[in-house]
Amino acid sequence: MSFINYASREINCKIVYYGPGLCGKTTNLQYVYQKTANESKGKMISLATESERTLFFDFLPLALGEVRGFKTRFHLYTVPGQVFYDASRKLILKGVDGIVFVADSQEERMDANIESLENLKENLEEQGYDLYKMPFVIQYNKQDLPNLSPIEELQRFLNPTKVPEFKACAMSGVGVFETLKAIAKLVLLELKKGAR
Amino acid sequence: MLNTQTTFVLYEEEVGKVKEVIDNLLDASNAKSIYLVDKNGQMIASTGNVAEIDATSLASLTAGNIAATGGLAKLIGEKEFAIQFHEGEKDNIHISIVSSRVILVVIFDQRSSLGLVRLRVKKASNALTVIFDEISAKEKAQGSTQGMANPFAEITDDDIDNLFS
Ligand SMILES: Nc1nc2c(ncn2[C@@H]2O[C@H](COP(=O)(O)OP(=O)(O)O)[C@@H](O)[C@H]2O)c(=O)[nH]1
Ligand SMILES: [Mg+2]
Repeated sequence: MSFINYASREINCKIVYYGPGLCGKTTNLQYVYQKTANESKGKMISLATESERTLFFDFLPLALGEVRGFKTRFHLYTVPGQVFYDASRKLILKGVDGIVFVADSQEERMDANIESLENLKENLEEQGYDLYKMPFVIQYNKQDLPNLSPIEELQRFLNPTKVPEFKACAMSGVGVFETLKAIAKLVLLELKKGAR
Repeated sequence: MLNTQTTFVLYEEEVGKVKEVIDNLLDASNAKSIYLVDKNGQMIASTGNVAEIDATSLASLTAGNIAATGGLAKLIGEKEFAIQFHEGEKDNIHISIVSSRVILVVIFDQRSSLGLVRLRVKKASNALTVIFDEISAKEKAQGSTQGMANPFAEITDDDIDNLFS
């Protein structure tokens, strides 16, 4: 649910990075944080365990600039990937405007990707959302590693409807901004549709 | 199918009314600062000594906190926990849900007291409920983004690309 405030002339949108544990969601946000000018970013919050695994969420507010005289803010969230944190994931999905599904491209993580994607669909459905009717992009992360699933296979299992997709190496930043830009664009276009 | 893009729109007039209520609450409760946050983590309005706290973080963490306690409430068969209080060494934080939709956060120190804050929050909540019920009614009546010109109706690809340049 985007939020338009005419008093402060601001518009806020919520984007959630979803995916299996350790696929690189937090790394995506960290890269965006590092590469964004101070005046455009807020504090990055990570509610993590001592072993730095996301416990509840990571949060990064980004101010992208103005559109038609309105300050445009994106609130980026990640979810904890581990299967047993499902309750937290549902909470974070509340009011989401756009989804980035981060897949771990390593062969042995294919099942985990599929399971997480199914879990995403179910959790959205519970709230009355249809993943394929909302702004949604996919990132195939960890492309730098040797044991990758072939891209055709990733596409076949994870992207049957051919939403925008990006190869990435979040650790070095490859594909990170392309992904963010694509989802931001879809979210803004959706707002435009809603305006009619 | 529910529409994901049920945009929450606030106009100047409404923000003005909200601001008046929390300004009064600030005075009446002797609080340090007061924030009104939407359940999705967006800051709606604030007042008092707000410069020293990162408002965006506060909004997101408050909403996360309310969501988590709401989950806990459901787990034990409650609808929600409408009020939370956290006591610090110097500063305390009083969090309450208004109209099932927004979160009122009051930060106060020894110049005020929990009893006073509680009392004044109750009154302010009633006033805020009236305002947010009006907003809800208006949304239902006209669809959320109609009414005033939606700034995004005329957005172009170039506008969007420029955001990232
Ligand atoms: N080789 C490689 N490692 C990555 C990449 N992205 C993330 N990682 C590593 O994968 C681990 C888990 O990343 P993290 O962002 O915490 O995963 P999350 O559970 O999805 O938040 C960390 O050790 C990262 O450094 C990548 O593109 N390539
Ligand atoms: Mg993480």
